[in-house]
Amino acid sequence: MSLSDQTPDSLRRTPFYHFHVALGAKMVPFAGYEMPVQYPAGITAEHNAVRQRAGLFDVSHMGEFIVRGPGAVDFVNHVTTNDVPGLAVGQVHYSAILNDRGTFEDDCLVYRADDHLMMVVNASNMTKDLAHIGKYASRFDCTLTDVSYDTALLALQGPQAKRILAPITDVDLDAIEYYRFVVGQVAGIPDVIVSRTGYTGEDGFELYFPNGAADAMWNALMAGGGVTPCGLGSRDSLRLEMGMALYGNDIDDTVTPLEAGLGWIVKMNKGDFVGRDALVRQKAEGVAKKLVAFSSTERAFPRHGYPVFYQDKPSGVVCSGTMSPTLGIPIGTCYLPIDGAKPGNVLEIEIRGKRVVATVVKPPFYKHGTHL
Amino acid sequence: MANIPSDLSYTADHEYVKATDDPNVVVIGVTDYAQDQLGDVVYLDLPKVGAHIDAHGTFGTIEAVKAVSELYSPIAGEVIEVNARLDGEPALVNSDPYGEGWMIRVRMSDPSQRSTLMDSAGYAKHIGQ
Repeated sequence: MSLSDQTPDSLRRTPFYHFHVALGAKMVPFAGYEMPVQYPAGITAEHNAVRQRAGLFDVSHMGEFIVRGPGAVDFVNHVTTNDVPGLAVGQVHYSAILNDRGTFEDDCLVYRADDHLMMVVNASNMTKDLAHIGKYASRFDCTLTDVSYDTALLALQGPQAKRILAPITDVDLDAIEYYRFVVGQVAGIPDVIVSRTGYTGEDGFELYFPNGAADAMWNALMAGGGVTPCGLGSRDSLRLEMGMALYGNDIDDTVTPLEAGLGWIVKMNKGDFVGRDALVRQKAEGVAKKLVAFSSTERAFPRHGYPVFYQDKPSGVVCSGTMSPTLGIPIGTCYLPIDGAKPGNVLEIEIRGKRVVATVVKPPFYKHGTHL
Repeated sequence: MANIPSDLSYTADHEYVKATDDPNVVVIGVTDYAQDQLGDVVYLDLPKVGAHIDAHGTFGTIEAVKAVSELYSPIAGEVIEVNARLDGEPALVNSDPYGEGWMIRVRMSDPSQRSTLMDSAGYAKHIGQ
């Protein structure tokens, strides 16, 4: 067997680093951070804990930008694809940051508070995103502040998440709908953003608060028992079972939201935004390829980068792939020519020289998530 | 700390060789260190009974959640038994790599090849333990 060692070199650490190490987590370099990929229980056990009970993810590596000022809504509306004026105060939506070619610079969440907006972006794209959207900021009466390195973020996910969070907060959790948030006290920490969002398909909350409160928050969430610390490994298999896109795998700056099946986060009629002209052109010319979900009945482990064939012709590579822990079958995503992108169609994946048959299916793979 | 039993022989590629009552027959699997590094094993491709394997040649693959790895044979010989339980319970490689997680039983074509393998002290040093 060959095992490769990765040696972290000048990586950032989140304020929860010492908890991960004390728990025996395997730490790996990820987006410039030293992050836990799994704890001793293993990825499968962590995955199952989130589906059945509750898991706690440190996702403090994510980037957060605060936008303030009279032009804040118009600015974010210009640099993202979804309808920001349509967001209510206390509401969150999924969106995309495009370039002039209409391809993804990043995907993101946009939060609307009463006097500002918050954009949550991928850690790997944080610096690039800031430079990209910063180019447009001067046209709007607003200020753009990167608070990524000051902000801790924990995701408590799973059917038991509410039961675990309720005793340590004065926030009425039942009053928070899916993709809504409130600001309140959790574990004695004031002004925590309590957001009913997640990347797992289960009910749960994402909690944003200052780095300085990290120990108090982690200890309070873990104190009652029943919470499994979860790493990036299970985060990836959980999101893939739900068919949720991952930047760098499913989407990047070579594909548009129309190709990625994310047309629903693009509001073409909202007025001009970065990338709109390119998407108008693409709609007129027709979308040539589309991201599809596939599964297989064969014994195979489709991994990112494996060659894909459709009607015996090369059709790119597997974008995301895993052996679904919940379903026990190989699942994944890839781009297919548009006429092949229909449920029931057959494709082939080349795994170490052998072709394995897979079938296009309608996502999500896992259809029993407890999210609201 | 990885478990490194003193009565086994080891390769640099993290396979172990265990003696049996028959001096020409050994059991092969992967080490505790290897299973820990790989994480959850989801399935294995192992040779069929009767297959001939070469020293340093591949005898199969091990698919874990995080990565896939080739399995390299420590010695040459004929596969006389394959651990059928691993088909349905691949996680035995994680939970009991030296016991129920064994992979193949091999009749060696040249038992002297065993002298090329590391002992437990050598393997411990190899993995920096």
